[in-house]
Amino acid sequence: MPVPSKSLPRRLSALHIPTLFSTAMRAAPLALPLLALPLALAATPAAAQPAKKIKIGFVTTLSGPNAAYGQDMKNSVELALEHLGRKMGGIPVEVVFEDDEQKPEVGKQKTEKLLQRDKVDFIAGYIWSNVLLASYKPAVDAKTFLISANAGPSQLAGEQCSPYFFAASWQNDQPHMGVGELLNQKGAKRAYLVAPNYAAGQDGVNGVKTMFKGEVVGQDMTKWPDQLDFSAEISKIRAAKPDGVYVFFPGRWGVQFLTQYAQAGLKKDIPLYSAFTVDAVTLKLQKDVALDTYLAMTWGPDLPYAANQKFVDAFKKKHTDTPTFYGAQSYDAINLIASGVAATKGNLKDKDAMRKALEAAKFDSVRGPFKFGNNHFPISNIYQQEVYKTADGGYDLRTINTVLTAHQDLHAPKCKM
Amino acid sequence: MTLLIFEQFLNGLQIGLLLFLLAAGLTLVFGIMDMVNLAHGSLYMMGAYFAAVFVQWTDSFILGAILALPAGMLLGVATEYVALRNLYARDHLDQVLATFGLILFFNEFARLIFGAGGMAIELPELLAGQIEILPGLPYPTYRFAIIAMGLLCAGFLYLLVQKTRLGMLIRAGASNREMVGALGVDIKLLFTLVFGLGSALAALAGLMSGPISTVQIGMGDNVLILCFVVIVIGGLGSIRGAFVAAVLVGVLETMGRAFLPNILGSFLNPSEAGTLAQALSSMLVYILMSGVLVLRPAGLFPAPGR
Repeated sequence: MPVPSKSLPRRLSALHIPTLFSTAMRAAPLALPLLALPLALAATPAAAQPAKKIKIGFVTTLSGPNAAYGQDMKNSVELALEHLGRKMGGIPVEVVFEDDEQKPEVGKQKTEKLLQRDKVDFIAGYIWSNVLLASYKPAVDAKTFLISANAGPSQLAGEQCSPYFFAASWQNDQPHMGVGELLNQKGAKRAYLVAPNYAAGQDGVNGVKTMFKGEVVGQDMTKWPDQLDFSAEISKIRAAKPDGVYVFFPGRWGVQFLTQYAQAGLKKDIPLYSAFTVDAVTLKLQKDVALDTYLAMTWGPDLPYAANQKFVDAFKKKHTDTPTFYGAQSYDAINLIASGVAATKGNLKDKDAMRKALEAAKFDSVRGPFKFGNNHFPISNIYQQEVYKTADGGYDLRTINTVLTAHQDLHAPKCKM
Repeated sequence: MTLLIFEQFLNGLQIGLLLFLLAAGLTLVFGIMDMVNLAHGSLYMMGAYFAAVFVQWTDSFILGAILALPAGMLLGVATEYVALRNLYARDHLDQVLATFGLILFFNEFARLIFGAGGMAIELPELLAGQIEILPGLPYPTYRFAIIAMGLLCAGFLYLLVQKTRLGMLIRAGASNREMVGALGVDIKLLFTLVFGLGSALAALAGLMSGPISTVQIGMGDNVLILCFVVIVIGGLGSIRGAFVAAVLVGVLETMGRAFLPNILGSFLNPSEAGTLAQALSSMLVYILMSGVLVLRPAGLFPAPGR
């Protein structure tokens, strides 16, 4: 609309602004496509270009009493990269390791650092559910795929599920549901439950209670991570006289609880059922105390799949010890990412294609046939395991039977994906 | 039920006595030398590490423990000589800063020498079983040994402080440091001896708690806070006060942990009951401290003249 020259100062009106303005408006429809052309030319080649390098950020616990697990995961990641020839889909890959010190705030800091400073293409790792819950949002908001190699909190399996979050491990409740079913199978009618009071501990207790058909005569949620002395809880177990005790104490706490349980003389009277409490690292300290206990888990070093044998044998050759399930899941996480990169031919910018490739999970898992549910959590078997003494005086785990087959977690229906 | 209450009382007593060993050293240092020593928790940690190493070398728990005590004492004396001697005249804040730096130093020192993973102390067969204290109440032998050891140390400290010349100097120093110096006692030597005694007690507490909890970096930091609460409740410079306060705190916290969840569980779900019970049982200790400070600002058994 022409501006009346009376309302403008004299000098400006000499510029004939109205004329310029109307000319520009008439020229615009012709100019815009011309402007858009270089943008379009720039966009198309970039979308088809594969990345020159794949950068993966791996957050785990490399210090403190549970550093051994972070080291196990790191070793497994390095082994996976070795087996892949340090290339995914022909593109060289680099992994940056960060220490979360088992603290949610540090985990979040390190995640943000990996995203903003290192500009990683994928993030993986996370042992602890509370660290993961604090750290996943920056990754998901930045549209970077986050593959959990251990923690599987129920929050991320249900309403808060995200297209950018995948769990290469399990949903927290699942192995504990296996323990609940084990309790049923062994005829236990009264159970006492002890777990640490944080996200994974609560998931665990809920998991047991969904499957266990008997009566829960007592439940103790211990202070985590500070509480190392379980004398009060063990005394209560003795007084309650249950048919079985279920515990979930990952890492060093597993050593403490089992040692104190045996010291109190309860091991021979009340059978101990657990998930995540006995693994290759804690076995070295638990030793005889871990014998004659009932364990449930999604993976064992003796599962008869070619990928598993390759992984376990190579790990034993390089590091002498058997890998833990933390390591096995990390190995799988790297191979899952590799399958995604290979399927999308290294085109990391097409997030939809990458997501579909990851969902397809076409890789050789150490757990055999691998399938994701709609919430990006695995549908897998839960096995019963036991500890046995090896010929050279050490201790190892063996799988006895399958407790739950092709089990999907209960939170999947709540996820809208 | 009465057996359970008695068993929980024993658990609390055991925790309290371990706390007493740690607090006794701290109250001596704070009371007599008027020094805030945050590195006391690090001496506790180093005592546990020394014990773990010596037990591995000698393959015997008793021998390892006996060797760890003088090692801890020497470490304490060395720390005092090198780092802390110049801090006696300084402000409390300067002492806090310096000893906090010592905590960081000891944590990294332990990480470099022993690794980040922590160590375990194995118990001999004799201590790993149970003994029947009352008919129908088997109690872990090792925890009973801790109670016995704690009471023995309490008795030994009582004799030392009340019946010996050194003890008399300690009591005098707790009342009025300057006067003791003015009366011709070598105050520097006294301080070093007191610090050494405190370090030995801290090392003993550390090596005794090793088999129950993990020997890891930073194990002393959490216990130290509770320790300060104990010496504030008990009164600075008073071993008797530290004993009473430590047992009170230990029993209160354990009973809270043992029975509060059940009491709260009758009208809350177990997870909420657990969280609330933990918060409450931790709060109970601080509420006790606040109550004592309101009624007796100098603590339950303050040294006379304070």
